Amino acid sequence: MKELLELLEQNYSLTVKQLSSMLGKPEDEIAAAIKQLEQDKVIVKYQTIINWEKAGVEIVTAIIEVRITPQREVGFDSIAERIYRFPEVRNVYLMSGAYDLHVIVEGKTMKEVANFVSTKLATIDGVISTTSHFLLKKYKEDGVIIEDKEEDRRLAVSP
Amino acid sequence: MNFSDRISPTVAAMPTSGIRRFFDIVAEMKGVVSLGVGEPDFVTPWHIRESCVYGLQRGYTAYTSNYGLLELRQEIAKLFQNQHDVTYDPRQEILITVGVSQALDLAMRAILSPGEEVLIPEPCYVSYQACVTLAGGTPVPVPTHIENEFRVTVQQLEKLVTPRTKALLIGYPNNPTGAIMPRPELEALAAFAVKHDLIVISDEIYGDLTYDGEHTCFASLPGMRDRTILLNGFSKAYAMTGWRIGYALSNPVFIGAMTKIHQYTMLCAPVTAQVAAIEALRNGERSMRKMVAEYNNRRRLMLEGLRSMGLECFEPKGAFYIFPSIKSTGLSSLEFAEQLLQEQKVALVPGSAFGECGEGYVRCSYATSTENLIEALKRISSFIKKFQ
Repeated sequence: MKELLELLEQNYSLTVKQLSSMLGKPEDEIAAAIKQLEQDKVIVKYQTIINWEKAGVEIVTAIIEVRITPQREVGFDSIAERIYRFPEVRNVYLMSGAYDLHVIVEGKTMKEVANFVSTKLATIDGVISTTSHFLLKKYKEDGVIIEDKEEDRRLAVSP
Repeated sequence: MNFSDRISPTVAAMPTSGIRRFFDIVAEMKGVVSLGVGEPDFVTPWHIRESCVYGLQRGYTAYTSNYGLLELRQEIAKLFQNQHDVTYDPRQEILITVGVSQALDLAMRAILSPGEEVLIPEPCYVSYQACVTLAGGTPVPVPTHIENEFRVTVQQLEKLVTPRTKALLIGYPNNPTGAIMPRPELEALAAFAVKHDLIVISDEIYGDLTYDGEHTCFASLPGMRDRTILLNGFSKAYAMTGWRIGYALSNPVFIGAMTKIHQYTMLCAPVTAQVAAIEALRNGERSMRKMVAEYNNRRRLMLEGLRSMGLECFEPKGAFYIFPSIKSTGLSSLEFAEQLLQEQKVALVPGSAFGECGEGYVRCSYATSTENLIEALKRISSFIKKFQ
């Protein structure tokens, strides 16, 4: 199971047949396992990592530290939900330490992001403060080095 | 001056490695998917590279002891104690060399006198025969076959052993076949070595790349430690081919004799690479296991892929090679490799490069990305169709 997930995490385009021979398990077993993992939301979604900058699309990303007052019974969850429902918001994490929510916001311009933070995010009931940091460069995303300069330097045939 | 007259007859008579010849053809082509590479497709894990950089910053730039850095020898001793329960004294029974290639050369030069014979199961690594010849010995090839999963048997060896036989040179897990020798078969070899009083040189560079079971270290068999010159290194398991670090383990007399040659001809292995090797042994187990698990997935993908094309293929249990028979095409292994390269741009190595009994087979390395393997299988499959 863990092996199957690791393979899919690396490359979701592997076919059931290929996965079956790589893991040495019958095809129907693999197909059923994948279906179950999808249903159980263990596999949440198949996504592609894109270098938008290289594609010529301007995207402004900001990391917002949000401090909030937890609410009775629901704690941080309901405010977190009010935040993560916005399509501008890419990631939301609950943190230990100096602030509570780590929110990653994307927009077309800096103004648009700033505007979103001041009018939408900061005004939510229970939000005490926000601190915005604009992202300058991505080096590595989800375990993948964005512009990897390492290449295969091996000879094509060797003993 | 006729220069070729000036070359030593031994060297002049020696054929160029079959792999080299093939490499020259491949080097000029574009868009080739290569299954011809005998080294990992992984780059050396970052923590190992980083430790080498740190070593340079701290000024590790001088000669080391002829034997190599004591710290590295101690780590190796610890590894063999823990993994195989065999004890080596790091002060006089371990020699750090420039890859297993140098260790092999040293071993042969240290033990062979002119005319003495060395039994070498084939197919095998391309330099075994050459090293024996250059040391003045006579290589005696022992053909192995697919029916026996390319394992060598005592019956075969008994037919070829003579009073001049000095040593047995084995390399399991095997390059090019991917064959392994399970413990009972190795025990039979051990008894054979005792019976004829032979030295055993065991090249276990692929030992960590053993699938579906554990690798048996030949020196760990009862009574074999002192009779064996064990060769190993960092190239394959830790993806460190270009660093050129190997080692030899044996009794103090053999290691002492090898070190004598080493001190006059090499002095020591490069210190920067020795520093990196220490890091590999101390903290490299996790990244190594991860690579091995990935090879295993690819191994099964290749086996299934080649078999489903109708090629006869035994299941390799070690290294990162698979050795299908291409006899059904009616081509020689060199013809097969050349035509496949011209028509489908897939590079692999003809089995004949690894000994006569490798004829009729080709070596495919699965040390390349899954995407490449899938593409290569597709191309081989369309190539094969015209013969069916």
